[in-house]
Amino acid sequence: MNMFAKMRPMVKEALNQTIIFGKFLCLLHITDKYICSPVIVHGPSMLPTMNLSGDVILAEHITTRFGKLSVGDVVLVSSPENPRKTVTKRILGLEGDKVAFLVDPSFDSRHYRSVVVPKGHVWIQGDNIYASKDSRHFGPVPYGLIHGKVFCRLWPPNGFGSLDQ
Amino acid sequence: MVSLNFISNVSKTFVTCGLIGLTISDRYISIVSVRGCSMSPTFNPQCSTSLETFTADRVLVEKFCLQNYKFSLGDVVVFCSPNDHKKKFVKRITALPGDWVSSPYSDDVVKIPDGHCWVEGDNSASSLDSKSIGPVPLGLIKGRATHIIWPPKRIGKLEQGIPQDRLGLGSS
Repeated sequence: MNMFAKMRPMVKEALNQTIIFGKFLCLLHITDKYICSPVIVHGPSMLPTMNLSGDVILAEHITTRFGKLSVGDVVLVSSPENPRKTVTKRILGLEGDKVAFLVDPSFDSRHYRSVVVPKGHVWIQGDNIYASKDSRHFGPVPYGLIHGKVFCRLWPPNGFGSLDQ
Repeated sequence: MVSLNFISNVSKTFVTCGLIGLTISDRYISIVSVRGCSMSPTFNPQCSTSLETFTADRVLVEKFCLQNYKFSLGDVVVFCSPNDHKKKFVKRITALPGDWVSSPYSDDVVKIPDGHCWVEGDNSASSLDSKSIGPVPLGLIKGRATHIIWPPKRIGKLEQGIPQDRLGLGSS
């Protein structure tokens, strides 16, 4: 009996701490999902906007949620070919826009094709057209696949600041 | 002063509950009401257009499947419409990446591309599904329906199989 009496404040304290920690995790999740989140990007497809070796960028989710994205925004999109992968590309056309693109830039620089982006879709392309797998391969992507809009670079320090549109 | 204290306490509790509820519904489990008759034998069997909000089925949707996007044939999933990201649909997966389905526009069969799936409503007569919008990217899927929790007389687990009359595609 005596031991239980001694344990009781300790258990209560532990419970309180756990609840606070749980609340903190919830807050973290909400911030990460609805407001903004840091992302590491690497790969050649967005050269020269983003480096090859891995930049840390900040993406916000508010613009996407309200459907206010515009042409030129750099967005995070979950890849239509592999839903576990997230890719960073630039929006080149919104629904109803007509987009012209080079079919094969490394061999033939005159052969253009143009498409009209269907309803509810966007046309995304990497800045480095020679090494980017984007809408030229898998077509326009549904708006629902867009997670967020990249607005700021955190790392490397000399590139700190907002991204040019 | 007592009332001010009370109000601040109540609002604090509300905010906390909201945060926790939102987190749980985002990451683990949520409840979705299904309207319309596109899934008719499974949800909304009598399929009436009047008093929709009262007769609509409520289903439990689990989100654990979003961690690795592994789905199996016959799963009932909730997904964003590819044409309008604000609309959500509930349909049944009838083909996975690499499978072949018969195309609605011709006699050809089409292969489902990587990372996509073919969804169809159980009530093929009135259902806006892959037959008109094509394969749906797996990334648009928001969860998998597991249980019916409303109305009370049909509470229970959803069977995950494909209705028999849909099987046997491509065998002919």
